[in-house]
Amino acid sequence: MTLDVVLLAVLVLFALMTVSAPRILWSVIGLAAVSAVLTILMFQFNAPIAGVFELSVCAGLIPAIFISAISLTRRLSPEAVAERKREKLRRFAILPIILIIAGVLLSQLHLVLNFAPPVPESGDANVRTVMWTVRHADLIGQLVVLLGGVFAVVVLIKEFRRDA
Amino acid sequence: MTPEAAPAFSADTVRLISIFGIGVVLVLITGLYSIITTRNLLRVLIGIEILAKSVTLLLIVVGYAANQIALAQALVITLIIIEVALMVVAIGVVLCVHRTTGSIDAAVLRELKG
Repeated sequence: MTLDVVLLAVLVLFALMTVSAPRILWSVIGLAAVSAVLTILMFQFNAPIAGVFELSVCAGLIPAIFISAISLTRRLSPEAVAERKREKLRRFAILPIILIIAGVLLSQLHLVLNFAPPVPESGDANVRTVMWTVRHADLIGQLVVLLGGVFAVVVLIKEFRRDA
Repeated sequence: MTPEAAPAFSADTVRLISIFGIGVVLVLITGLYSIITTRNLLRVLIGIEILAKSVTLLLIVVGYAANQIALAQALVITLIIIEVALMVVAIGVVLCVHRTTGSIDAAVLRELKG
């Protein structure tokens, strides 16, 4: 429990670093760190398969795509970078205060959290069984989303080639 | 006939959900604040990613607390796949915007017509 709370605090800190980092590359690295910490939490909560997906896709693939996109954009001048840094510091200085106030307020609320009774899970319930028997419509949805994404990327790359 | 009383969460589970619920809300606020305050389109996408992380964490914690971790994992895998497809397409669109306008500032998009 203590380790979980420490990991949660680290996750929130990395999220804060991600959004307030002055350079976008650091933001992407922070995002990968958030995913890595979330993966450790998933292992702590007995969700290793989702953890492996999170680590390989969200901490590996998505930052790589972001970095590729950043490398294709134009670099700002040093003056513009300094100006953005100052502006960002001004904008995000208030965020930690908002988070502390929200955390204190939420901890004082004492919400009633018994919203669902714990249901005993059947003995043979694992991810494979659930995916193929209970949530099989999700698989079709995933396939459609992936194919739609591939189609969209192909169309966008075609546009790039025509413009080039 | 009175309905059978539903078994409640244990005190430890309620404490776990309370602590992680606060964490999830804090991460959610961080992502929302980033989306609201920034005009850089790539940073907006990073904010959306942070929001997705908070939802992923909530699913896992609730699945663990309700003893439905297999179902939670199936939902998280679906979420991750949708997230990666969304990100790839959105980054492609941002690159197209950059190619067209020379900038990834959301304010530039106000000038687009038709």
